[in-house]
Amino acid sequence: MIKLKETSAVAQLRLPTLTGCTLRALPPVRITSIAPYPGQMDALRAHLGGFPAPGEVVTLQGTDLVWAGRDLAFAFGADLPDGLDAFCALCDQSDGWCGFALEGAGAGALLARRLPFDLREMTAPASARSVLDHLPVLVVRRSSDRFEIWVWRSMVQSALARL
Amino acid sequence: MRLPCPCCGWRDLREFTYKGAADALHRPAPDDASGWDDHLHNRTNPAGETRDLWYHDPCGTWVCVTRDTVTHAVISGVPLEGAR
Amino acid sequence: MKRRDTGGSALNRARKLGFSFDGRALTGVEGDTLASSLLANGVRLCGRSFKYHRPRGVMTAGSEEPNALMEVLRDGAWHPNIRATMQELHQGLNARAQNCWPSVQCDVMAVNDLLSPFLGAGFYYKTFMWPRAFWEGLYEPLIRRAAGLGRLPQSHQGAPHEKAFAFCDLLVIGSGPAGLMAALVAAKAGADVILCEEDRQMGGRILSDMAQIDGGAGADWAAGVLAELESLPNVRLMPRTSVFGAYDGGVYGALERVSLHMTAPGRTPRECYWRITAKRTILATGALERPIAHPDNDRPGTMLLGAIASYWHRFAVDPGRVVVFGNNDHALAKARALAADGMDIRAYIDPREVSADTPFKTYQGEVIGTRGRHGLHSVTLRHQGREIRLDADTLALSGGWNPSLHLACHMNGRPVWDEGIAAFVPRDAMVPGLQVVGAAAGIFSTHGALDSGARAAMQALDALGMHATPPDLPQSEDTPYAITPLWQVQARGRAWLDFANDVTTKDVAQAAREGFVSVEHMKRYTTQGMAPDQGKSSNMGALAVLADATGGSIPGTGTTTFRPPFVPVSIAALGAGGYGPSFAPQRFTTSDAQTRKMGAPMIEAGLWYRPSHFPRAGDRDWRCACNRETLHVRHAVGVCDVSTLGKIDVQGPDAARFLDFVYTNTMSSLKPGRVRYGLMLREDGHVMDDGTCARLSGQHFLITTTTAAAGEVMRHLDFVQQAYCADWAVRLISVTEAWAQCTIAGPLADELLGHLLGDLPDLPFMGCAPVTVGGVDARLFRISFSGERGYELAVPARYGADLYRHLVALAEGLGGGAYGMEALNVLRIEKGFVTHAEIDGRVTAFDLGLQGMLSQKKDFIGRAASQRPRLTGPTRLQLVGLRAVDPQSEITAGAHLYPGDKPAKAAYGQGHVTSVCYSPTLDSWLGLALVENGRARHGETLRLDDGLRGIRADVEICNPVFFDPEGGRMRD
Repeated sequence: MIKLKETSAVAQLRLPTLTGCTLRALPPVRITSIAPYPGQMDALRAHLGGFPAPGEVVTLQGTDLVWAGRDLAFAFGADLPDGLDAFCALCDQSDGWCGFALEGAGAGALLARRLPFDLREMTAPASARSVLDHLPVLVVRRSSDRFEIWVWRSMVQSALARL
Repeated sequence: MRLPCPCCGWRDLREFTYKGAADALHRPAPDDASGWDDHLHNRTNPAGETRDLWYHDPCGTWVCVTRDTVTHAVISGVPLEGAR
Repeated sequence: MKRRDTGGSALNRARKLGFSFDGRALTGVEGDTLASSLLANGVRLCGRSFKYHRPRGVMTAGSEEPNALMEVLRDGAWHPNIRATMQELHQGLNARAQNCWPSVQCDVMAVNDLLSPFLGAGFYYKTFMWPRAFWEGLYEPLIRRAAGLGRLPQSHQGAPHEKAFAFCDLLVIGSGPAGLMAALVAAKAGADVILCEEDRQMGGRILSDMAQIDGGAGADWAAGVLAELESLPNVRLMPRTSVFGAYDGGVYGALERVSLHMTAPGRTPRECYWRITAKRTILATGALERPIAHPDNDRPGTMLLGAIASYWHRFAVDPGRVVVFGNNDHALAKARALAADGMDIRAYIDPREVSADTPFKTYQGEVIGTRGRHGLHSVTLRHQGREIRLDADTLALSGGWNPSLHLACHMNGRPVWDEGIAAFVPRDAMVPGLQVVGAAAGIFSTHGALDSGARAAMQALDALGMHATPPDLPQSEDTPYAITPLWQVQARGRAWLDFANDVTTKDVAQAAREGFVSVEHMKRYTTQGMAPDQGKSSNMGALAVLADATGGSIPGTGTTTFRPPFVPVSIAALGAGGYGPSFAPQRFTTSDAQTRKMGAPMIEAGLWYRPSHFPRAGDRDWRCACNRETLHVRHAVGVCDVSTLGKIDVQGPDAARFLDFVYTNTMSSLKPGRVRYGLMLREDGHVMDDGTCARLSGQHFLITTTTAAAGEVMRHLDFVQQAYCADWAVRLISVTEAWAQCTIAGPLADELLGHLLGDLPDLPFMGCAPVTVGGVDARLFRISFSGERGYELAVPARYGADLYRHLVALAEGLGGGAYGMEALNVLRIEKGFVTHAEIDGRVTAFDLGLQGMLSQKKDFIGRAASQRPRLTGPTRLQLVGLRAVDPQSEITAGAHLYPGDKPAKAAYGQGHVTSVCYSPTLDSWLGLALVENGRARHGETLRLDDGLRGIRADVEICNPVFFDPEGGRMRD
């Protein structure tokens, strides 16, 4: 009986050398999408201990809840409590996204050149959905000079070429 | 051109996909034949204030945008629940 | 013209730069522009005009230059229409004159100048009318060869360019006294400020005149302000950046010349195209000096007075003996100041009465001519009824100043006429959020500039909700400005308006005589203002001459429309990063590396790359591989990566109800563990997409879309949910990226899966089940797009590469193998399965023969419209199969179908071919087609005509399901 092996979407890639900041691939992490049903937001918040409003990042016992779209948050990291599916749709997105950390004094300036929205409005911790030259991205600002950029797995190479 | 997303704030046009007039929000009754003709094909094309529908692709929000076709001023953008 | 021994605020004389112009080796210094270095080297003749090939020299010192357009060698190719005034000198710069042959001194096309009486406005329109047969064959090539300024490089230009975004509270455009003051006030109050300046150096006109500010040199004041701005973290200074367009929502386009001044820029972008979004904007672009239309005013050596001052102060260019022709107070004051600084000013000529208290001779009168073959030798003037000839090297013109209000007019706002300064000035709020200050607003004194800049900044801060105390303005001159307009000198000879396009006052008058009395018509008839400079120095004069010719007023005549771009923008900058592999995002499946290793040519499917076929040694062409792969599936087993299909996870208590609403057929009756084919319509009754819908559990569905329509379907479903049923408990999310999915199809599919899974679940056709494969949780669907017994196996994407490798190896062990898009297409055509080649946006469910899938028991998107009379019935083009009557006769997709006895004319068209293939299974060319009333015409023969490829064949209409019409192979 065979055993299926994992293949990293980023391990074989040459990351671009950037001035004023460094770019590195983030290790794979469990990502679960949480989409609350209508009218269930309060119950979900109570059950989870919090839920991010648009643009927010909420940290709960080792799990980051990152706002990821309309009625949508991504839980990065540890397991979620049981019984959530009464309030929301849960879906495993771990394999769909690849993350990169962009760090350094020049990180903000570099991203600001590439993203079509006002990065000044992102006060860390914060998240935003946008496009990187037509590629969908989820941008998480961890601190003033540390960003995470999450892109679709299939578009990793194109995304890197655009940084 | 910049449009207001109820979730994300003002964003560049490149993040949006256009659908058409906000008339689409009001589906006629299934047997209202002439109502369907109007609904599908007849548009008022106003010079001045108009409401139309845009999809903010990055976050998945449909937005009803009120704007002025003469001055190009964009007046507001609300989610569809608030627009009907 | 020569270099002065001292002075030149822009220059670093210690660093000499060698360059070449028209093959001549010349020397400039660091800080020079190409124009200033040519002038300092005594080169006055630097180009030929467009139509008459008249000698032309540098006229201005800025981006408005109409004359000194030349070719510069960049990255191995000659780039035309480079304004010498904007090209900074660098070591090794190689430039040459354009629009002349064999040389700029001796240009054979200058014969046009002798023919000028016949080449007036509208010459082409009148001359090349008859005979009509000559239009395309003779006249067009003839005109094209003579037309156009310069010649584009003919090879691909791969030099790097960049596109970038920027956001700020306040954008200040222009760094003269008004712009600097505005930026300083706003920056000190804490606003994020971007200050753009076209020139290499910030300071605007302060660098070129001797304005006193705060009791010292204006340049010292500017340097102090710039140092302060530079020290502030909230300020971005952007020199070499031309803001070229104002757009909706506070968006401005700007072009930064990043490395065009470098000898070896390497991979540094040549230019950067900026999209700057500003909450507020201050336009401080100053004013452009006007020439005066007098006879022979185009001779090299004729320049604008302000440009001469600029070259004198910044670049230490001595213009030799200068005669000044002006009509305004600034001109006289500037002439005095330059004379006091040592310039050899011989005379000042002004139609107004001028006080004689000057160090040079003054004449009340006009210039009526100039002489000098390749450059000015003398100036002839009319004074008290006499003609006087003065020897001169340079004629300095100052016809007044036009505020540079272009950007303020980019949203269709029209400026107003200000009689006091004889110029158009902007109105308030022509562009939302934009204020115009200083000379751009018609405020010409230094004090006025500083004051208006500060005020506008205070207003902008107020609008931004920021507060600041009004600054103390530095002391500066506040002298009034007086002008008596002089649009054209009435004298014999041609007087130029548009120097680049060779439009004279006579052309404008002739246009008016011939009925082109609207300024927009005159412009197009004469080509006035249509050269690269877009008439910056000539439009005003032309419309004044037009007003004169028509007896109208200037404000009544009005301006032409101001449109972006303010300066020429290279296509390379606009398209930066948008060609080659960066043209669109590329999406790669998890099997991509393995597929390429197997030698498969990749083809684009939407943004995805998929294998076309898998060549093997001995294949004659791709069709050999395609046939083999098709037969593998029909007789053994084939494997294909189908991860590119859109996959949407649908969950919630109302999920089934929602799917009933968006699909034409009913999904709520689907049992868990079962899959159903589904059809979605647009609200107008036409088919949007098809796919499968699997019920994983009671409230959990997984639906698929076609590869290309995945984004459109997601948008559509989001719309339906948010617009019509926002309160339903259903949530959708794309999982396309999360899962890798492979087809295993063929009679040996079960055997293959048995090897892989050990224990193959007993799935019925259109069943699905969770399985474990190689220790990984997976999903197995028994569905078929090939007509064979088939499965699709989905694993989390990280395992996709390994799964594909295993599947291909297992398939090969069973006498099958991987198959590509070509075979996939053959398999589905043989079965009459549709794709977006058939679902082209115009077909209905009826057209495809799928009317049975339109539920009569429920409402769904598109139901009402699908019942409209003209969307069904015998007039519709209906899906049919086509068989070539001669099975080996090739047929082509896109071909049209006609009755055998009728010509290939639209009137006889019966429909068109949507897909074709050569079927190795049936040993025949097959096609799918949409044919009028097609379902009733099975058995009929039509003629296929592909005029484009020259292919004609007889085809027989038949059932679109060519192979196994009962479907037993995939079902049982």
